[in-house]
Amino acid sequence: MRFVDEFRDPAAARSLLGVIEAQTQRLGRTLSFMEVCGGHTHTIYRHGLEHLLPEAVQLVHGPGCPVCVIPMGRVDDAVWLAHRPGVIFTTFGDMMRVPGTEGSLLQAQAAGADVRFVYSPLDALKIAIDNPDKEVVFFAVGFETTAPSTAVTIARAAALNVTNFSIFCNHVLIEPPLRAILDADDLDLDGFIGPGHVSTVVGTTVFDFIPAEYGLPIVVTGFEPLDILQSVEMLLAQFEDGRCEVENQYARVVRREGNPAALALMQQVFAVRDTFEWRGLGYIPRSGYGIHPDYERFDAEKKFALPGVRVEDPPACECGSVLRGVIKPWECKVFGTACTPETPIGTCMVSPEGACAAYYNFGRLHREAAQAVARV
Amino acid sequence: MCLGIPGEIVEVVDADEHLASVEVSGVRRVISTRLLADEHVGVGDWVLVHVGFAMSKIDEHEADVTLDQIRKLGRTYDEELEAFMETEIV
Ligand code: SF4
Repeated sequence: MRFVDEFRDPAAARSLLGVIEAQTQRLGRTLSFMEVCGGHTHTIYRHGLEHLLPEAVQLVHGPGCPVCVIPMGRVDDAVWLAHRPGVIFTTFGDMMRVPGTEGSLLQAQAAGADVRFVYSPLDALKIAIDNPDKEVVFFAVGFETTAPSTAVTIARAAALNVTNFSIFCNHVLIEPPLRAILDADDLDLDGFIGPGHVSTVVGTTVFDFIPAEYGLPIVVTGFEPLDILQSVEMLLAQFEDGRCEVENQYARVVRREGNPAALALMQQVFAVRDTFEWRGLGYIPRSGYGIHPDYERFDAEKKFALPGVRVEDPPACECGSVLRGVIKPWECKVFGTACTPETPIGTCMVSPEGACAAYYNFGRLHREAAQAVARV
Repeated sequence: MCLGIPGEIVEVVDADEHLASVEVSGVRRVISTRLLADEHVGVGDWVLVHVGFAMSKIDEHEADVTLDQIRKLGRTYDEELEAFMETEIV
């Protein structure tokens, strides 16, 4: 168990793995759990958890990587905005390399557009205040983890009466894609490893529908490899006890009610869109945030009469199937050949939280190592 | 981008605007504590910082564990840590 030695507490990891092994033997069948969050996918590959767990536990990667779910048309819109005269286009670094039909934001920058990467939406607001003769647009992406930060930034821009700042809003909600995955019939899931940080905002109640309506358990989980092993143990225990509920493994950070102040701010500044397009999942009703009419002056889609580009994802791209957990990254035809982190075709290869990038960077090595061991 | 970076609040910069200075591995930057306004965070508290905002209060042990994990995730998160250090806010 080479990888276990890298854990903070190898003894605890070994003992948990022993418990899980015994549980799966008693249960006598294979169970598939989806880890919703891209951060979990990253941890799983980084620490080779797939190969440490017994084969009777299958981990399926989910849709929780915010960069990965942005469809190509929205990237094209972003590139179009970046090319407007007098615009400074600001974005998280992860979005810079996502390919659009006519290149990425990084390529737009090389072609002369003023594209700048920022760590925080507040950084973008500062750029607007420092450049009153420019229009500053912030490319907002992310689930409810990130959306409150954009909400505070808009509220602050309003309070400071900044007129040259707007948001290209692509915030999405965590519940609708999970429903979409559960309603599709191409995946047999037995439970969920629930996302940790988004739950600090939305709480664990948003997941109540999973046991109530779909009869599946979910355990909200932290980011350490030990957290993930522990939540697998908790999911298996639910099966052994005949329970099916929302449990919180990450209670040291996540509260059941989430963060009411953040939720209230989001409600003030955003309005849920009737529908929003997701890469690979198509249009999902009430799954994205737009800017509330009261804050319309900060809405880049209104300010710039955005063309609203709608394009198909590239034909070679199987990100949709990866995001729904239907295929593993290496099953995509272009994985590791035409599509690599240096020359990504799809989004899942760009973000470190994307399943393809995580597998490309770490997983292959573990797989080779595991196969080598299996051959001995 | 969804991981929070743990930081210790070392100074309240502007209480009305909810701005505080946090220290991560010896480097300081200003963040917003607006999302924890109800929790009255102050100097000496540890918080998880995500895109320049304190997201939740944590204890020092959780901070250690999380920072250790972020370091293990390697290069991709080094970039996030660098961005955290380099940019500035209003
Ligand atoms: S290998 Fe590339 S194109 Fe294929 S699913 Fe992954 S990111 Fe998408």
